[in-house]
Amino acid sequence: MNAQDAAQQVLDQFSNAKSHEFRGEHTITIALDELRPVMEFCHKELGLNFLIDASSVDNMGSEPRFEVVYELATVDDSVHLRVKAPVAEDQEVPTVSDLWATADWHEREIYDMMGIRFDGHPDLRRILMWEGYPYHPLRKEFPLAGKPSEMPDVASTGVAPMEGGPFVTSAGADDRVKAEPRAR
Amino acid sequence: MATPAHSTTPADLTNSADIDPTVQDSTQSAMKALAHAAYDSKVEGNVIFTRVDAAINWMRKNSLWPMPMGLACCAIELMATASSRFDISRFGAEVMRFSPRQSDVMIVAGTVTYKMALAVKRVWDQMPDPKWCIAMGACASSGGMYRSYAVLQGIDQLLPVDVYISGCPPRPEALIEGLMKLQRKIDGEESVRELKTDPSLAN
Repeated sequence: MNAQDAAQQVLDQFSNAKSHEFRGEHTITIALDELRPVMEFCHKELGLNFLIDASSVDNMGSEPRFEVVYELATVDDSVHLRVKAPVAEDQEVPTVSDLWATADWHEREIYDMMGIRFDGHPDLRRILMWEGYPYHPLRKEFPLAGKPSEMPDVASTGVAPMEGGPFVTSAGADDRVKAEPRAR
Repeated sequence: MATPAHSTTPADLTNSADIDPTVQDSTQSAMKALAHAAYDSKVEGNVIFTRVDAAINWMRKNSLWPMPMGLACCAIELMATASSRFDISRFGAEVMRFSPRQSDVMIVAGTVTYKMALAVKRVWDQMPDPKWCIAMGACASSGGMYRSYAVLQGIDQLLPVDVYISGCPPRPEALIEGLMKLQRKIDGEESVRELKTDPSLAN
């Protein structure tokens, strides 16, 4: 079995699934209410026993706002399948931590950074920031410099001086000096 | 060894006949009290005269015990500084103590995140006075390249820093230079006067 076969089997099983191929990488897109059956199918029937990564995307301004992304593979690396599901702001994603134990911490990170909650997760606490930190820093509306917060005896945060930054590379500039200036 | 010119004994003085007897009494008791301090050629070369400040500072600056607060890649350079090629023990600072209660100088080597910040402060508070702090590298000095929500923008927002070292990470030579700067700073301190004026040590 290769990735194309795996994607085809998912399409055969789930009529609402969509498949997309780009440079040999296959991506399944599925509605959130069918995500859990698809993941179970991938784990049990397709034998994708390795969850490389679980992550999320914030498409602020479009509906639904978020998207969760799972990178599935076999341990021998013969198959690599990506599964995506759109998530609205008020929706919870079913956990897959009972299928792949590694999803436990990945889902905690998604919750910490993006604020997406996982239904059925055994221990949905923050993993990088501390308990009580009031924001989800990877959301688009959160400023890069951060926001002030105060938790006595735990931690406090401030606003970083940006000094005209952030100095991100701009695509399409003629030369490197213009694309990556020391200051703007 | 030639007899020094001032090796007059108390007996030479008290035997002088032209001294008033009352003066003679007090002189005698004073001489008795000073007898132990009279010049003894056996200790020549073993006694030096100096200021207490200079002596204390000399001792402090040449046996700085660092508290290695290694938080990121700077800690690798800190370890390299301690090992044989660079050898921080040439400057008397090789005794890295992982207990703050035995340390004199905290070397903050690396990125201080907000999550870690109060832990660093707590370790600093446990160090006994006198204590000094070296902010090693761009992150510890100013937050470095991390202009972000997660990183404290310089350890000097939490504790007093004596020496800042630039670099990302600084070379071991730079850390040694910073240590020598700190030694020069300690050398100029008035340690005894500070002891006298510190209100917490008044009693």
